[in-house]
Amino acid sequence: MYTQSFNVPDGTAPGPQAVPTAADPALQTHFDTVIDADGKIEPRDWMPEAYRKTLVRQISQHAHSEIVGMLPEGNWISRAPSLKRKAILLAKVQDEGGHGLYLYSAAETLGTSRDQMFDALHSGKAKYSSIFNYPTLTWADVGVIGWLVDGAAIMNQIPLCRCSYGPYARAMIRVCKEESFHQRQGYESLLTMMQGTAEQKAMVQDAVNRWWWKCLAMFGPPDDNSPNSVQGMRWGIKRISNDALRQKFVDATVPQAEVLGVTLPDPELKWNEAKGQHDFGAIDWDEFWQVVNGNGPCNKERLATRVKAWDDGAWVREAALAHARKQEQRTMKEAA
Amino acid sequence: MNAPALKEWPLWEVFVRSKQGLEHKHCGSLHASDARHALQMARDVYTRRQEGVSIWVVPSASITASEPDSKDAFFDPAADKVYRHPTFYEIPDKVGHM
Repeated sequence: MYTQSFNVPDGTAPGPQAVPTAADPALQTHFDTVIDADGKIEPRDWMPEAYRKTLVRQISQHAHSEIVGMLPEGNWISRAPSLKRKAILLAKVQDEGGHGLYLYSAAETLGTSRDQMFDALHSGKAKYSSIFNYPTLTWADVGVIGWLVDGAAIMNQIPLCRCSYGPYARAMIRVCKEESFHQRQGYESLLTMMQGTAEQKAMVQDAVNRWWWKCLAMFGPPDDNSPNSVQGMRWGIKRISNDALRQKFVDATVPQAEVLGVTLPDPELKWNEAKGQHDFGAIDWDEFWQVVNGNGPCNKERLATRVKAWDDGAWVREAALAHARKQEQRTMKEAA
Repeated sequence: MNAPALKEWPLWEVFVRSKQGLEHKHCGSLHASDARHALQMARDVYTRRQEGVSIWVVPSASITASEPDSKDAFFDPAADKVYRHPTFYEIPDKVGHM
């Protein structure tokens, strides 16, 4: 559910962009024709190397984001305020794990392996959505993540359902179907808190204040500073620009905040009658890039938690394989 | 042990029948150690909201697929056989629906 809209180069020192190699012109022409006709590219079709690389990077970053995205909310499963909220949160976190699995499978159709992707994540080489490098301090954060973080992710992900790469588009359709529950449960949880005590209301407002700007940054750098976007648009991977999606998100969220009874922490946020949309303040991109490059409040903790879970599960993976081999040998012996 | 230890679980393709009377439809893939494990994983990954009443899992390596490059040549023989479609035949209106 949590797309990394910006699709940044993995690693901290991005090298020069790969220059697409001259391929068979007939194949390239066929590919271009399919893309221009808004058609789909499937795993075994010929595709330019740069298209393949871009997709592997974007889909694997997206998958990593789903997996790491389980951690901030997972922290609250054992502290949920009621059995109902606990069951809901468990289901949501399980969905995120499922979304990660759909996306890893889609990336694998491009010729990368699950082990390669895990290695990239666990070694710290691969990026994931920077939003998860912030802490979830109170129960209200869980509601706000559902409402705003998932809300922003939905905005990003709906256009991806029309992505030119078939397996990615199909995975996104599945993800988007499940995503709406995530946003609604978060918003409803906040509505409940807003009918509570003054402290509970303050808790919601505080969480909104802390997450709002980070959610706006989730849409990625402004269009004039997002060189990859142009190529992504050309290839039908990206359909709507970062700024256009961000604007859509702001316009959709303002009335929801009013119903909820919270203010969005931006003094410059106001309706612009002439433009028919909201104006809003400047995003702190320096902070965004700091977090993307590993210096956010929770980068180290998240990665360490993920690596520990992977390492702790090693014996299960090995035992399952050993069991499968034993069963196979037993069957062969019986057949002999 | 003769075979080298696989680092990752093998890949399986998952087919789900959404309801009785419909065909199994490909819905994705997953890694699992063996067939039974793959079924269990498929249930958790692809049918969390009652999307299915039956699941097939097939080792991905067992699937043989047609070549996308020879798509035209492979499917060409059907292209010029319009007489295989009912609309090829003119029947007088007075015959009514046929």
